[in-house]
Amino acid sequence: MKAKGRVFRYNDNVDTDVIIPARYLNTSDPKELAKHCMEDIDKDFAQNVKAGDIIVAGKNFGCGSSREHAPLAIKASSVSCVIASTFARIFYRNSINIGLPILECDEAVQGSEAGDELEVDFDTGIIRNLTKGTTFKAQPFPEFMKKIMASDGLINYIKNKNQSG
Amino acid sequence: MGMTMSQKILAAHAGLDKVVPGQLIEADLDLVLGNDITTPVAVKEFKKAGLDKVFDRKKIAIVPDHFTPNKDIKAAEQCKYIREFARDMDIENYFEVGEMGIEHCLIPEKGLAVPGDLIIGADSHTCTYGALGAFSTGVGSTDMAAGMATGKAWFKVPSAIKFVLKNKPQEWVSGKDIILHIIGMISVDGALYRSMEFMGDGLAYLTMDDRFTMANMAIEAGAKNGIFMVDDITLEYVKEHSSKEYKVYEPDSDAEYDEVYEIDLSKIEPTVAFPHLPDNTRTIDNVGDIEIDQVVIGSCTNGRLGDLRVAAKILKGRKVKKGVRVIVFPGTQNIYLQALKEGIIADFIEAGAVVSTPTCGPCLGGHMGVLAKGERAVSTTNRNFVGRMGHPESEIYLASPAVAAASAITGKITDPRKV
Ligand code: SF4
Repeated sequence: MKAKGRVFRYNDNVDTDVIIPARYLNTSDPKELAKHCMEDIDKDFAQNVKAGDIIVAGKNFGCGSSREHAPLAIKASSVSCVIASTFARIFYRNSINIGLPILECDEAVQGSEAGDELEVDFDTGIIRNLTKGTTFKAQPFPEFMKKIMASDGLINYIKNKNQSG
Repeated sequence: MGMTMSQKILAAHAGLDKVVPGQLIEADLDLVLGNDITTPVAVKEFKKAGLDKVFDRKKIAIVPDHFTPNKDIKAAEQCKYIREFARDMDIENYFEVGEMGIEHCLIPEKGLAVPGDLIIGADSHTCTYGALGAFSTGVGSTDMAAGMATGKAWFKVPSAIKFVLKNKPQEWVSGKDIILHIIGMISVDGALYRSMEFMGDGLAYLTMDDRFTMANMAIEAGAKNGIFMVDDITLEYVKEHSSKEYKVYEPDSDAEYDEVYEIDLSKIEPTVAFPHLPDNTRTIDNVGDIEIDQVVIGSCTNGRLGDLRVAAKILKGRKVKKGVRVIVFPGTQNIYLQALKEGIIADFIEAGAVVSTPTCGPCLGGHMGVLAKGERAVSTTNRNFVGRMGHPESEIYLASPAVAAASAITGKITDPRKV
């Protein structure tokens, strides 16, 4: 599995309240949510983002509320991957569970600017910055999480497991 | 190497003698919780997978508290969707407006969380029940859906930080000041992926309400869970509220902790977190002149009876500063009723505050007190992120009920010892 796209760059502690503000949580329709994704820190994100683009951010990305609407909004914005120095725990869990690829790699974060073109290989954890000609290595997913991702999320994983046993 | 409290509870629920940090386990759940924002997503997932049965109708709790009483048509539709699901699945612990409260005040009050439990909730402040010596953690909607179906969840066993609390806090210093002090010290990701375990002689001076406040904000340091050692104060609370079986877990004497902090409670001052992160803390004497437009007293952090009593003690017989809006929202119907009987509600109203029905409302900028551009609030809630209570250019200062009440009188952030 691979991803390729332009970088949207953010700092540390991007919380779920700015990824998708609570005032829009009276719906859980991913398309609706995507319209307001990141709007409190980046008004133009929803307009500018293109299929395959990559969010790159600092420490503790996705901290705060457990709203799954946050990774859903990002996924529905057709972002292909989020790379951060570290992720907040619940956001990490939710992303795996809904099948949004995310990688922790501080070096790649330090070595990428807004607009750079990145290519990510999820099987090996290799991140290439095509604009700068640099290469970084993140930890690929553990086996258990790969299975969840391969089933396109936890619910399907459980469903498949139930059917086979 | 021994195990921490958190590790012991996880091991017991996974049917293992021993677990080590980093290990991936699947464990049995005692309670699966959701609210009106996260449950609709969970139910959709549940149905999409063709599931039609919950693992145990008594071990699921659904509390519509965020946008209720329904704030608009969309919110009403979401609540209707989960109400019907609760009815179809015959969920025992579905709490409708009228019996409802803010989930993390309600669940302990109803006796649904007890020492030794393993609880997940599709709400980040599910960590609140660690105050009772349970392992309790926030998850997302998909985890909730899977938990409702199977009664199980996957966990990565966390390592832990130990906090040894010592001595007696000063007057007007509460659990809120202690936890803000700790978050200020270790930062908003200081406990990322880890447990925060609280113990020590100082526990004797902390009421259950103080402990709920502290465990509630463990997530604000990035922690997976916060957990308190069980003592007589805990057991008394459990006896009063629950008939569920419980089990007390203590850390092994050789349990390994990543870090150990000794906290002298007698040295902690009233503490305020400035915008826009809970670790941006200052002690009250370093706050300076901060004028405010709104004061919010309540939420799952500080909406319990003890909190309202402290605020009322300061506001009784006084007047809210002209031009300042003070909104009090008790955590549950029961807390509201108790406060009414004690005359506390009258004290608030006579002082010029409004008292709301239990709801998350203002805490997440949902309804009942949303901030305009440039406005400032002192709030006893737990998050002061950009836009959390309304306009992205509004500001939130997190504080204790005592500081909030004192600030209501003067119109600027104020030391409760000086009013
Ligand atoms: S009161 Fe605030 S923090 Fe607590 S559950 Fe409600 S929205 Fe979340």
